[in-house]
Amino acid sequence: MDWKRFSFIALIITVLFGVVVMIGQVKQPPLLIITSMLATTIAVATPLTLGALSGVFCERAGVVNIGIEGMMLTAAFFGWLGGIYMYHIFGFTPAVSITLGVFFAILTGGLMSLLHAVLSITFKVDQIIGGTVINILAVGLTGFLNRQLFFGKGSVFGGSVPGSPGVLPTIHVPLTELFTSICGSSAACLQNVQAINRVFDQKPIAISAILLVFLSHYILFNTRWGLRTRAVGEHPKAADTVGINVVKMRYANVIIGGMFAGLAGAYFTIESVPSFEPLLTNGRGFISLAAMIFGNWTPIGAWAAALVFGASQAMLINMQIYRDVIPPAWSFLQESYIVGLTPYILTMIILTGIIGKTTPPAADGVPYEK
Amino acid sequence: MQSEKQSNSPIKRLLQSISDASLVPFLAILTAVVIGGIIIKLVGGDPFLAYKGLLQGAFGSKKALSETAVWATPYIFAGLAVALAFKGGLFNIGAEGQLAVGAVFSALIGYALPEWLGFDLPIYIHLPLAIFVGMLTGGIWAGIVGALKAYTGGHEVINTIMMNYIALNTTSFLLNGIMKDRSPTNVIARTPLIAESARMPEIFDGLRIHWGFVLALLVAFLIWWLLNKTTLGFEIRTVGLNPDAAQYAGINVKRTIILTMMLSGALAGLAGSIEVTGLNYRHELGFSIGYGYDAIAIALLGKSHPLGIVLAAFLFAAMRNGATRMQFLTQLPVDLISMIQALILLFVAADAIIRYIYRIKSKGERVVLTRGWGG
Repeated sequence: MDWKRFSFIALIITVLFGVVVMIGQVKQPPLLIITSMLATTIAVATPLTLGALSGVFCERAGVVNIGIEGMMLTAAFFGWLGGIYMYHIFGFTPAVSITLGVFFAILTGGLMSLLHAVLSITFKVDQIIGGTVINILAVGLTGFLNRQLFFGKGSVFGGSVPGSPGVLPTIHVPLTELFTSICGSSAACLQNVQAINRVFDQKPIAISAILLVFLSHYILFNTRWGLRTRAVGEHPKAADTVGINVVKMRYANVIIGGMFAGLAGAYFTIESVPSFEPLLTNGRGFISLAAMIFGNWTPIGAWAAALVFGASQAMLINMQIYRDVIPPAWSFLQESYIVGLTPYILTMIILTGIIGKTTPPAADGVPYEK
Repeated sequence: MQSEKQSNSPIKRLLQSISDASLVPFLAILTAVVIGGIIIKLVGGDPFLAYKGLLQGAFGSKKALSETAVWATPYIFAGLAVALAFKGGLFNIGAEGQLAVGAVFSALIGYALPEWLGFDLPIYIHLPLAIFVGMLTGGIWAGIVGALKAYTGGHEVINTIMMNYIALNTTSFLLNGIMKDRSPTNVIARTPLIAESARMPEIFDGLRIHWGFVLALLVAFLIWWLLNKTTLGFEIRTVGLNPDAAQYAGINVKRTIILTMMLSGALAGLAGSIEVTGLNYRHELGFSIGYGYDAIAIALLGKSHPLGIVLAAFLFAAMRNGATRMQFLTQLPVDLISMIQALILLFVAADAIIRYIYRIKSKGERVVLTRGWGG
């Protein structure tokens, strides 16, 4: 990541936050708005971060993965469905059910990416077509099962969608408690600490996403596994010559990538809201890919880019709170359809490369022929 | 694909090449149908009854046939749009958005132009104009992506998808706002009805099949002619096969990329404007969900050949149209069709699987449809 890209990211995030603060300050103090925006940004950037990491692993190993969207969608469905089965049919407690649901989601992501691996590595199908197949298959599969399993003949749920066992809990970081004695009797101090505390109170998948960013960075750039992964993505022939099993490395990394996408899917139906609806991923798999490209195929860069998209989504969410105080000159901000365009337009601007040229792995998208 | 015995008559050679080209798609469909049957059995349905319902619903009566043709019309246009882009080495996932944009602007011309002008237009001006504006706006919508590809290398796959979401948001904005049908009973996001002079005449009384279907067949032929008999078609195909060689041969690659995208978008926009002028007489939000992705499957199944696309569009139209009857007979959800279609696409895209299952040797060289991010 060069300075140009980082300053672009910082600029966009500042502008997005600035707009919300400017409009919202008549209702709430700026610090509260900023921390609330930060908390939302980190939360909604979670699936984008994980999706981008998924792409980083696949493409660093030389496999283009445009099927992340479909992997997320399928994982969101099966994670949610698994939770419901565990809770209603097998009678587990809600906590156990949703935990198992997360595992089902990761497993589903892994299986979908196995299909992608078989198509693109073994059968050498055009990888973008293969990914599109995954996306279309995901829509068909989840749409069909969503209706058949709940409303079909002989459904164990008898024609209704049962309540999900719930969502993952927020993990509280005891900042407020720590600072209570320091603040003493100053109410303003305590209020500020509470506001800042909100940024750190995140849910498990959001926290693991950030940890995984740094773990992925370490694995890719500081371990033998990472070196081999990058070798098969840059120059598979050379890697093969020195005894690296190209096919095995590619399979493993595509499946790891799929498991990241699976965890991203779990975010939608197990961490964010306890329900599933068709097409709920809404293009975020593709935005992840843009984040990956903008991050120049590095985990930390991709995370920074994902935060930009998170911030634009956070602006959309927070703008709803301040709808009534938007000044007339800024009235277009009331139109969620127009404000909602921000991430898509940002993606297109980023892809032009005017904010710094990016370089994909040399063998990205090329099947390996011995 | 060269036939082994050159001494055969041209007709025999043609038949041979058709059967060569259609063998894998045919087996892909067969395999998907068999797997679909197994899935139906697994979820407790009767596969034979389901497929019987599907056939009845698609071809069982005059009305069923007419409805299948109605479904096939936008599929042919959108399939051609994706196929044309494939020929030029571009992957247009944005047919959905281009179609919506074309439909919106066709509808706008259809209902608002007489108001703006203050007098009624004759049908032979108003109708072609409405269709043309739909094509033009669809073409521009895709042309933006083409220009980004040509001048900045921004990958068309992600950009067309982004343009889909932008189109969806923008049309929602327009149809809920300034373009909304103001009649007092309306609560839906839709435009007013277009003027009589912008509507296509009926072909038969009481059947919904319209002249757009005939136009679709005509356009399919035109695209075949464009690709195979014109300089532009040659340039598109050359850039698609090898942009470096095309550049070396003196073809303006940037211009060709933009033009290919614009033509592709115009075809998708045409799909939208024909739905408005020929069938619905207005644009309604959410009428086009899924056309864009179905179009990709149709283009791949038809091997990007106009004739293949017409056939593939018919197959998909028959499945969509027959699904209602299938659901009525077996209580299986219509979404089952999406899954069978996804399987067909899977086997067509991964023809190596089909060749492996049925032990067919590959004849020609591998066809490269898309390239990686490098651009």
